[in-house]
Amino acid sequence: MNTPSELKYAASHEWLSPDGTVGISDFAQDQLGDVVYVELPEVGRKVEAGETVAVVESVKTASDIYAPASGTITAVNEELSGSPELVNSGPYEGGWLFKMDVTGEGDLMDAAAYTSANS
Amino acid sequence: MNQLPTEPLKRTPLHAAHLRAGARMVPFGGWDMPVQYAGVKAEHDAVRTRAGVFDVSHMGEFRVTGVDALRFLQHVTTNDVSKLRPGRAQYNWLPGVSGGLVDDIYIYQHADGEYLLVVNASNTAKDWAHLQEHTAGFDVSLADESERWALLAVQGPQAEAMLQPHADTDLGAKKKNAFFAATLFGFDVFLARTGYTGEDGFEVFVDASEAEVLWDKLLAVGITPAGLGARDTLRLEAGFPLYGHEFSDTIHPLSSTYTWVVKDKAHVGREHIALEPKHRLIGLKLDRVPVREGYPVKLGGQVVGHVTSGTSSPTLGHPIAMALVDSAHADAPAFEVEVRGKDHPATRLDLPFYRR
Repeated sequence: MNTPSELKYAASHEWLSPDGTVGISDFAQDQLGDVVYVELPEVGRKVEAGETVAVVESVKTASDIYAPASGTITAVNEELSGSPELVNSGPYEGGWLFKMDVTGEGDLMDAAAYTSANS
Repeated sequence: MNQLPTEPLKRTPLHAAHLRAGARMVPFGGWDMPVQYAGVKAEHDAVRTRAGVFDVSHMGEFRVTGVDALRFLQHVTTNDVSKLRPGRAQYNWLPGVSGGLVDDIYIYQHADGEYLLVVNASNTAKDWAHLQEHTAGFDVSLADESERWALLAVQGPQAEAMLQPHADTDLGAKKKNAFFAATLFGFDVFLARTGYTGEDGFEVFVDASEAEVLWDKLLAVGITPAGLGARDTLRLEAGFPLYGHEFSDTIHPLSSTYTWVVKDKAHVGREHIALEPKHRLIGLKLDRVPVREGYPVKLGGQVVGHVTSGTSSPTLGHPIAMALVDSAHADAPAFEVEVRGKDHPATRLDLPFYRR
């Protein structure tokens, strides 16, 4: 399992980078299996940490994605509409979900704590 | 959320083999079963293009014997069991006493007065009780052989070619619904040319104690292990109903497209089946968003039904679903499906979605 140390992680498996980019962890994409559809939030939407903001659908199930921080959505990954499998192949690169202007982080873990929570 | 099991999950004789193959295990009908190994899409594609093997040992097997075995089976099922012959298999239904289906089953005939029934895993106890309740007046014996048999489903266009070098029987001479004794990799087995994927293939009844070695031999010749995830996407593409989704104790059985399973004969619950079904099972195609069981199906903004099974079809490349809709609206060419509060257009398609 790949868990980059520069990111912070929610217990619900979202990651947040210092620049406000959000995605799901390598562990989460592996558990989900083949991702076939991603529903992303509207740019400009204000969200609270812990609020449902997106949905990632695998072949079998739909999984809610929660905001790891409070703030405003500033961009979404348009590539995912044509290539949702990027979430599987590059959860920390091409498979990012959205960017946000963070006003307050939720309850997040560092990589070591997240790794130990999921091993 | 999955309901927490109230008792320990049962394990098939292949449990250790699944863990060795890297399976992700999930609770299913009271069993700890592999949902996937390498991935649903890869396993699905293997079955559509080559061959895959599923562990379906969780399904129940009942032996029905006795001079009245045929008369008894005619009483508790809707299809005409008298059409069966030794060495043949037949799809059939167990109708309920108050409407709906107790289960959908397969009947395999060994000999005159000797049949093997294969029932859904989650219904095994219910079916057993139901059948016992209806034996009065019949000289018939029922034996639960679920523990004795492991059942492996080898499915795919290459199934025959990959099994033939290791079988003592001319598999090509055995057509759809054939049921016969054979040796496979030296093991005494029963083979049935049946399956649940929409592909050619064989179901292999093997003694539970020999299942793990046979499984390893199937994998060693290049047959791909496939889990419940692929089994569900394959059966959905093939338009096969699944108990608990398209069938239940309360869904009128003739809502499905399998009306041919009901023959004109006396049987348990016939008075209910004679009633006109209020709903009809249809196929839906969506452009992008997958739809799941329970999502409302609408026509002009009004709810006319609900999705019973849905997935993103790996073969077709778009989402597909089966849905039960009011019979009066079932022929409409297009519907909407509500997904998280938003309506998405859906086109009605005839079932099956995929035919080999």
